[in-house]
Amino acid sequence: MSLLEFFLRNREGVLELTLEHLWLVGVSILLAVAIGLPLGILLTRWPRARRPVLGGANIMQTIPSLALFAFLLPLPWLGERADRIAITALTLYALLPIIRNTYAGITGVDPAVVEAGRGMGLTDRQLLFKVELPLALGVIIAGIRVAAVTSVGVATIAAAIGAGGLGEYIFRGLAMVSNQLILAGAIPAALLALLADGTLGLIERRLRPAQ
Amino acid sequence: MLAGGANDVVIEFRGVSYQLDSRQTILHRLNLEVRRGETLVLLGRSGSGKTTTLKLINRLLVPTEGEVLVEGRGTLVWDPIRLRRRIGYVIQEIGLFPHCTVERNVGLVPAAEGWPAEKRRERVRELLDLVGLEPAMAARYPHELSGGQRQRVGVARALAAGPPMLLMDEPFGALDPLTRAELQREFQSLQRRLRKTIVFVTHDLREALLVATRIGLLEAGRLVGLYTPEEFLRAPDPLAADYAAAFRTAENPTERGER
Repeated sequence: MSLLEFFLRNREGVLELTLEHLWLVGVSILLAVAIGLPLGILLTRWPRARRPVLGGANIMQTIPSLALFAFLLPLPWLGERADRIAITALTLYALLPIIRNTYAGITGVDPAVVEAGRGMGLTDRQLLFKVELPLALGVIIAGIRVAAVTSVGVATIAAAIGAGGLGEYIFRGLAMVSNQLILAGAIPAALLALLADGTLGLIERRLRPAQ
Repeated sequence: MLAGGANDVVIEFRGVSYQLDSRQTILHRLNLEVRRGETLVLLGRSGSGKTTTLKLINRLLVPTEGEVLVEGRGTLVWDPIRLRRRIGYVIQEIGLFPHCTVERNVGLVPAAEGWPAEKRRERVRELLDLVGLEPAMAARYPHELSGGQRQRVGVARALAAGPPMLLMDEPFGALDPLTRAELQREFQSLQRRLRKTIVFVTHDLREALLVATRIGLLEAGRLVGLYTPEEFLRAPDPLAADYAAAFRTAENPTERGER
């Protein structure tokens, strides 16, 4: 049975796992943005928090994903369902690039522009929303892009704890020593990663201010 | 002196010092009065405290000692946002918002002040005309403008909400000599019409003589003297004399070194 035949025969299965995969990645990226963006902004206002927060997010990245899944397993509410564990772990991984790029994007805005805005009497809020965030948006999206592409890859491992996604095929293929099954999971995952990269890359280019 | 008279003081420095830390004092006990409608030029070399003095007025900096009064009220008493919206601010790097069109750059403070869109558009058109820019420029982005045009937009933006005071920090410093001369001329005629109270920072005596009502000479954080342009060229102070001599040399290369 060729790979193409496999895809044709298991259309529904492939589609379902792809959607599951997309769900895991999508929800965790949304959560990571919801947490990371405000945190990144906070760091620019409160530099003393920079080292502990970035350090913490950095440490998160060094924990192997399987170990992180295992750590989360015994937690009360989280550990009850595999997708909760997977989403939590993926969110934690996605935080660092988002926090770091938000911070770098905002602190990288031309100081003359910020000073001009402040001197004109913009409030902190107006300065943030009308000047700093729009000018940092390209860099921030670049961080989200890195986070999303990495998440697509890490999410395949979530199948190890039964959270579903395209990793199902990969793990099954590994167990059955079937390259075809491994590819059946790996190829759609790679395509998802390329799709995420391309889409966010396009948005990023759109948002980079012309100099 | 009568209150509200031509000579009333709009900005006043009372024994103002500004220290960066315990070892670095940028400004020493500055006393200075800026009168309504005058263009006070702060002249001095880099590091003399000119820009610091300017930023103390719109509270981008806060004095370590003494107080700065704007319209009779200490800058620390003012709500900083209200204070800054009464004072237009033009800096050398211009600081135009690169992600906003000329129209949005100029209209930003009016927008923040809650002006309706139609009144804003009207005001932008009026201001562009005032600084000598075509109405079509309104739709451009800063990177599509020349240096001179950008600086004009910077001035228009500072004037947008009709502030009675203007702070200008080497506004023409980054321009080529021809464009600079052109803008200096236009600035003079603009000031004759608008009669704003202006504090203007420069290190260029020629520019100072051109635009100033009075010149305050700063050196190492101290005010060396206050002169009218005519007085400045005859001032006995050695530093002022050095400036004047350098100026004459530049004007008349043949009479080198004479005073």
